[in-house]
Amino acid sequence: MAENSPLPLAGGVGGAPVAARDATDKDTPTPNPSSKREGDSVYQTDSLIAEDIGAYLELHQNKGLLRFITCGSVDDGKSTLIGRLLYDSKMIFEDQLAALEADSRRVGTQGQAIDFALLVDGLAAEREQGITIDVAYRFFSTEKRKFIVADTPGHEQYTRNMVTGASTADLAVILIDARKGVLMQTRRHSFLAHLIGIRHIVLAVNKMDLVGYDQDVFNKIVADYHAFAQEIGIAGFTAIPISGFKGDNITQAPSSETPWYRGPSLIEHLETVEIEATAAQAGAFRMPVQWVNRPNLDFRGFAGLIAEGTVKPGDAVRVIPSGKTSTVSRIVTLDGDLEEAVAGQSVTLTLADEIDCSRGDVLAAAGDPPQAADQFEASLVWMSDEALIPGRGYWLKLATQTVSASVAHPKYEIDVNSLEHLAAKTLSLNSIGVAEVTTDKPIVFEPYAKNRQLGGFILIDKLTNATVAAGMIHFSLRRAQNVHWQALEIGREQHATLKGQAPAVLWFTGLSGSGKSTIANMVEKKLHATGRHTFLLDGDNVRHGLNKDLGFTEADRIENIRRVGEVAKLMTDAGLIVLTAFISPFRAERELVRQMLPEGEFIEVFVDTPLEVAENRDVKGLYKKARAGELKNFTGIDSPYERPVNPEIRIDTTKTSPEEAAELIVNRLIGAWTPDL
Amino acid sequence: MREVVAEATNPVMLYSVGKDSAVMLHLAKKAFYPAPPPFPLLHVDTTWKFQDMYALRDKAAREAGMDLLVYHNPEAMERGINPFDHGPLHTDMWKTEGLKQALDKWGFDAAFGGARRDEEKSRAKERIFSFRTATHGWDPKNQRPELWNLYNARKAKGESIRVFPISNWTELDIWQYIMAEGIEIVPLYMAAKRPTVMRDGLLLMVDDERFPLKPGEEPVMRSIRFRTLGCYPLTGAVESEAATLPEVVQEMLLTTTSERQGRAIDKDEGGAGMEKKKQEGYF
Repeated sequence: MAENSPLPLAGGVGGAPVAARDATDKDTPTPNPSSKREGDSVYQTDSLIAEDIGAYLELHQNKGLLRFITCGSVDDGKSTLIGRLLYDSKMIFEDQLAALEADSRRVGTQGQAIDFALLVDGLAAEREQGITIDVAYRFFSTEKRKFIVADTPGHEQYTRNMVTGASTADLAVILIDARKGVLMQTRRHSFLAHLIGIRHIVLAVNKMDLVGYDQDVFNKIVADYHAFAQEIGIAGFTAIPISGFKGDNITQAPSSETPWYRGPSLIEHLETVEIEATAAQAGAFRMPVQWVNRPNLDFRGFAGLIAEGTVKPGDAVRVIPSGKTSTVSRIVTLDGDLEEAVAGQSVTLTLADEIDCSRGDVLAAAGDPPQAADQFEASLVWMSDEALIPGRGYWLKLATQTVSASVAHPKYEIDVNSLEHLAAKTLSLNSIGVAEVTTDKPIVFEPYAKNRQLGGFILIDKLTNATVAAGMIHFSLRRAQNVHWQALEIGREQHATLKGQAPAVLWFTGLSGSGKSTIANMVEKKLHATGRHTFLLDGDNVRHGLNKDLGFTEADRIENIRRVGEVAKLMTDAGLIVLTAFISPFRAERELVRQMLPEGEFIEVFVDTPLEVAENRDVKGLYKKARAGELKNFTGIDSPYERPVNPEIRIDTTKTSPEEAAELIVNRLIGAWTPDL
Repeated sequence: MREVVAEATNPVMLYSVGKDSAVMLHLAKKAFYPAPPPFPLLHVDTTWKFQDMYALRDKAAREAGMDLLVYHNPEAMERGINPFDHGPLHTDMWKTEGLKQALDKWGFDAAFGGARRDEEKSRAKERIFSFRTATHGWDPKNQRPELWNLYNARKAKGESIRVFPISNWTELDIWQYIMAEGIEIVPLYMAAKRPTVMRDGLLLMVDDERFPLKPGEEPVMRSIRFRTLGCYPLTGAVESEAATLPEVVQEMLLTTTSERQGRAIDKDEGGAGMEKKKQEGYF
């Protein structure tokens, strides 16, 4: 350790160490003689703070911000590197340092030396396990820039955490253990960084101290990485030999141990790398409307974050998707109106005309508006323990738009290690794939490569409200503006009026043998007898025709219900009262059908028969076969039944006879009708 | 903030009268101008705040044109819970329990808070939209991933979201902004001669007559200021001559003691104190 000689203080970046800092340093015990605070020669702001606080504050106010992510595993010394950046930039205070020393002795992995990793690993569970499991954001600044570091775990099972951290980063530091070279995980991290669109890659070849600062080792790693980077389309990268533990080439370069290195230190590079803030401002104007500000009748402002381009009063704008146009009259802020606003600013605009515009719409340059479409090809990163179910409805949120969407069977999944395209039926936690996404109405978008804000989306589970996936739009599969709904002159209302009834779907759900078909048949007879126009869709019958191509896997069952839902909807459009008798075991599918129909037309009838009772009846002998293993995916045996939480009608068949049940349902349905029937 | 207002049904802003709250309130005024921020301010009070804080609280709400809701946990009130006799129970009942009760009472489904990630280790992993169960629990292992600047604000009935708009600000950013925008803050942040006693390593200010002096204790006038403001018997002051904002910032930047050190509550239960409090529902 003692062989670390002090670094040269010259080199244009620094000046002489500062009195104020020295004074405080004397009070600070130096816990580890080897972890020299070489930062003293680079972070020269202290003199300015002490002598001219006003000038310092001015400087700080005008500092740019760089957000970056560090990728690597615990073994690569990632937390140690971040700990060191904080330590060197004086972001560690005396009390934290004292706690760090105590912790280092107690649970540290560096003997008596400071374990910088402990400074960074936040949550209690992580401290115990000695691994980082979430995304942690850290802050530090130098005299040139402010930094936010996203610290994410490197293991494959934490791909989603890395993608999350990368989504807000301008730059990625890919850590490599000099002893190990380019590994599978290096490839994975680089691929993910590239996927999420990070343009600046730093290859930090760490632990150079453990390979004797050997230039050949470094050169070989750089050459290996270069070959790989080209393969996946990374245009360029900056390679730096470092030691996070010893501090070489972190703040100043070259370290005396690496005289052969000609490039910048890690900090110098982070301070000077160009950020493409201006790229977003160069495009045509787009602002997703977040909120309509309407404090009184005289003011109507459209608030949002400008995603692309610039805007000035007098600019012609178009509301997408409606296509209506107007001109911007004011850019309103608390500090007075602005002459111009640019991408990245949150503003409130007023328009010259009273036109329809609300949350979810996008205000865009009138002459160059974005597209709207309802079918896309997208990359998806799956983030939930529950795998993708193709065909199931999810909420899709893109900018300020939230719509219902479904994902088709993936075209392929990408093996994040080998980068091979694999055939896939679904996507599970941490898998990345490419699939078609269909939304239930057109959304305004841009390809992700052009604009992150209008091209990136999340998928949300409709039941748990969890964020289950992140998506990046490649392109639309058809232009929605070319697909027009056929305007129907005779609509559902006319059909219903002629039949003198209000259409509805009575959706019977329950276990096999619960009595769905029996009760549904009786209800239909009763309705028919009172002159109602009805139609019964029965599970077994539909499977002989419409759905005979479908089996009983989870995905097929969902498609089965989706088709039935669509057919039921068409029949209600025709004015019919539709009765369906399907096990329909999944809540999400029943909800999907509910959402296809106008409010109040979907009546969920839960035929509640305990499994033992249904199994005892076993009218069709199916339970016996399922128990014997002859039938797979049988609801109640080896496939779940999700009970309705709030069904409109619940029939307890252990207490109610089919006849009574039918009576009850008919009364409920007719009772709900309008009096003129 | 606009995103929350657009997606939540009944948002509220937690207002603790500290400098972070002051910045958050100022941002809200900007976000919704010319409308006043379309939600009330909620102060979960312990009755033990500094007198200067109460004065500024009422004034700031009035000037913002917002309703101010003040909540006192009735049980804590009845039992006379105080920081001198009840130790950690004081924070737990007045603040943690009080906050839950207040959110339930008015049925708020989204609450803005001024916490920052740089304050404390467990906060570094806090989401900006932080989801809470119907019982206000926080599960650090089951947080929603937050990608880009896209926030999932969907929740079931009874569940709520805590939102931290200044999560990514550092202490220096806060001071910088206060100066640049001329935001009014509690004068206690600036040094002045104030009556103090030294107790258990904390320099405490004798803010009112409820402060029970121990035998032999005599308030001493010292030039002090506060880096963070909470209940006065729990908030340690630092000796300082920094009487103006630039001087305070200068001192802050040259000091070697982190911001929350003056707060006794972070020290409970080792390094994981704050994380545990958050799981129990503390902000």
